[in-house]
Amino acid sequence: MEILLFYSVALVAVLSGFLVIRCQSPVNSALGLVNTFFCLAIFYVMLHAPFMAAIQIMVYAGAIMVLILFVIMLLNLGIEARKRYTHGIVWSALASLMVLFGTIYFLKRGRVTGAEGDLTAFQIESIGHTELIGRSMFTEFLLPFEIASILLLVAIVGAVVLAKKEV
Amino acid sequence: MISVYHYMSVAAILFAMSTYGVLTRRNAIVIFMCIELMLNSVNLTFISLSSHLQNIDGQIFVFFVMAVAAAEAAVGLALMIAFYRNRESIDVDNINMLKW
Amino acid sequence: MYDKLWLIPFFPLVGSIINGLLGKRFIKNEKIIGAIGTGAIFLSFLVSCKFFYQLVNDSVKIHETVVASWMSVGNLQVDWGFLLDPLSAVMLMVVCGVGSLIHLYSIGYMHGEEGFYRFFCYMNLFAFSMLMLVLGNNALVMFVGWEGVGLCSYLLIGYYFEKQSAGDAAKKAFVMNRVGDFGFLLGLFTIFWTLGSKHGVWTINFVEISEKAHLLSGDMILGAGVTTVATLCFFLGATGKSAQLPLFTWLPDAMEGPTPVSALIHAATMVTAGVYMIGRMNVLFAMSPTTMMVVAVVGALTAIFAATIGFAQNDIKRVLAYSTVSQLGFMFVAMGVGAFTAGIFHLMTHAFFKACLFLGSGSVIHAMHHALHHAHLSDDAQDMRNMGGLRKKMPITWATFGISCLAISGLPFFSGFFSKDEILWWTFASTRGSKVVWVIVVVAAFMTAFYMFRCLYMTFYGEQKTNPKAKDHVHESPWVITLPLVVLAGLATVGGFVGIPHVIDVAHIGNKLDQFLAPVFHHSQQLHNIEAHGTASTEIILMIFSVVVALVGIGVATMMYLKNPDMPAKFTAKFSKLHRWVFNKWYVDEAYDVLFVNTTKKLGIFCWRGFDVNVIDGIVNGLAKLIGAISTALRHTQTGQFHNYALTMVFGTVVMLAIFILN
Repeated sequence: MEILLFYSVALVAVLSGFLVIRCQSPVNSALGLVNTFFCLAIFYVMLHAPFMAAIQIMVYAGAIMVLILFVIMLLNLGIEARKRYTHGIVWSALASLMVLFGTIYFLKRGRVTGAEGDLTAFQIESIGHTELIGRSMFTEFLLPFEIASILLLVAIVGAVVLAKKEV
Repeated sequence: MISVYHYMSVAAILFAMSTYGVLTRRNAIVIFMCIELMLNSVNLTFISLSSHLQNIDGQIFVFFVMAVAAAEAAVGLALMIAFYRNRESIDVDNINMLKW
Repeated sequence: MYDKLWLIPFFPLVGSIINGLLGKRFIKNEKIIGAIGTGAIFLSFLVSCKFFYQLVNDSVKIHETVVASWMSVGNLQVDWGFLLDPLSAVMLMVVCGVGSLIHLYSIGYMHGEEGFYRFFCYMNLFAFSMLMLVLGNNALVMFVGWEGVGLCSYLLIGYYFEKQSAGDAAKKAFVMNRVGDFGFLLGLFTIFWTLGSKHGVWTINFVEISEKAHLLSGDMILGAGVTTVATLCFFLGATGKSAQLPLFTWLPDAMEGPTPVSALIHAATMVTAGVYMIGRMNVLFAMSPTTMMVVAVVGALTAIFAATIGFAQNDIKRVLAYSTVSQLGFMFVAMGVGAFTAGIFHLMTHAFFKACLFLGSGSVIHAMHHALHHAHLSDDAQDMRNMGGLRKKMPITWATFGISCLAISGLPFFSGFFSKDEILWWTFASTRGSKVVWVIVVVAAFMTAFYMFRCLYMTFYGEQKTNPKAKDHVHESPWVITLPLVVLAGLATVGGFVGIPHVIDVAHIGNKLDQFLAPVFHHSQQLHNIEAHGTASTEIILMIFSVVVALVGIGVATMMYLKNPDMPAKFTAKFSKLHRWVFNKWYVDEAYDVLFVNTTKKLGIFCWRGFDVNVIDGIVNGLAKLIGAISTALRHTQTGQFHNYALTMVFGTVVMLAIFILN
């Protein structure tokens, strides 16, 4: 049952991703992207990370996608002109295939290793995923968290300055 | 049973696909969206590994990736608006002044 | 008690700074500048007198005070420390005493010169450096003074820097001194390193070196004893500073400087620094008979060699310059035969009479210059052939000059008699002495008497050969010039009585100087069995002999230059070839030009035109051109196209991924 769900979601995700890169109209691409985000959110739930699924939808599908769509609408972008590609599709395909085979080969070949913890699915359900994330974020990763806030502040100021008509 | 390799394979496919998108598309916003997709595939890897290794640190990383993506979206889109205002286009083929 | 020693070099330093910084713009007045300069060194003299007196009455004779730490690097610990012992006390008195008189003299002599303030600034700076040299309790502080006096010598020789010859002479003096300084440093390094690495005594303090020197006795370096190598290096330093063979040629040229400079730096004090240094390191020198012999032989050869050149010079200051070189040779002979006291004694008496001679010559030149200037003539004011018969016009100068000539010739009971005689006696009778050296030195003494009286007669006796127009304008100099002359002449007369030899000490005064310096020298002399042994009768016979030799020299000069004024001309005509060689200083300068200067120049030109321009610049320019060409070829890769960059980046990532996987 679960495996069936996985494969169907994966299929939708890949197809939506394909839409993102192939659609002529940027709006269609954006919709494909939203679709992919939702599929990934489903994956996160399946991986016992409900909080991440929530912010995936809120931040990506909610905030960032609205921003992108807003810009598309604002600039009134039409369909991309059907020019012959001057930058080689062949090279690009080769490069991306090499990336694909590289990563797949890497996955097939090695065992996944890393710093192992002791967090079971049962614990997550009993304590609560949000609380776990919060604890970790505000204790161990407090400094990066603060730095991230500064980064966002800088990005806001930068965006305002860049988008102003007269600097 | 779904193993971590399944998730990571999906992430790899999405990553390679969006790489192709970045390399072939000319519309800056589409390229931008492809980059977002790449970031998401990486996020998927992080979360699947976090779940596999039973270590929550990976998910914190995803959090920061999202913060960076949000900042990037704000600045990147502002850049596009500024560029569009000057050139009436956001085709990256027109962004070629920085050369010999 | 002795912790205020730093005051002695402090006053001249302050004087130098005040005159140097404020002299040109703010003080301007010659009287005030002169008073500051002279006052500074006179204060030092007073302080020196106080310490000298204190030391004489003190039972402990060696005192060190440390003012501040200079540097502390690894095992090397250097302090700004001062050392007062009988040796440095004697030197202090000479430097400050003679220095004060010469400063006073300069006020008169330099009157009206452009850059009056500059002169006093340099003179005080020199006094400061010389006092640092004398007082330093370790070799590095001494070296600071050693270099400082070299610098001041350079500045003062080149005082009339608008004159090409003065600039050249200054450079020559500086470069030759550098050659010597190199030796000094090498010697210092050798001692420091050997004492430290072999015996664990890391020191450059003179007292400690003297105490630990016996440790070095068995050590070898480069197939020779460490002490021999090191002391030979030190001696090289001394030859540079004290104008000995082979580095003596700068001193006669240094006469381009103003005459007080010649008197203070190039006669009385700086050039004796080499002798002082050997005295300071007498323990090391005494350990190496080889070096002592070299010192004695070089000194003797210099004494006679310079004396021969003195025969044929017509410039009054050059005669005195060669005489100085020759007398310094005497001092080195004394040091070389182990008569350290005699060497310092001669240093002292020489400072008196040679300073007096130089100042006397300055007085003459001053008068001549004014007279010639008054008559609008451009004759050479220093050429003795333009002088003659000045005895009546300048009586005080004549008298003092004459007394000093008697002293330098070694006539009995003048100061030079005692010191020179002690040197001769030690050369003859010392365990480190040699009869051959004695013969050379006696001949040099004869020659000294001869050329000094030649100089005296040519300047003050006979007919006045000055241009008739200027003749009557030659006058005696003012009191600031004559007062130092009188004082120095007095010292030149009686200065020798501090060191009366035992054999003629009828009043049993005792050799005061020898007793005073004993704490410094006697230890090494006893340890290495250096003493003069001989009967009293031998000593008296030798004494009489040397007086006879001096009298013969004077007699010959009298005969040739006073009684038969046309005899020298005949003589030179007869030995014209020899005369030409002597007149041209044996062509030593020319030989050095060919051997060293021109070869170095050629090497320099090769390095510049051949090596630097072609090879170095070629490499630099070639690299720049190569990079330029590569960049021109490669700049087309910068297309400005977004996709090219992205593609390249992805391929780069793929390569890194591949490397990661394959490892």
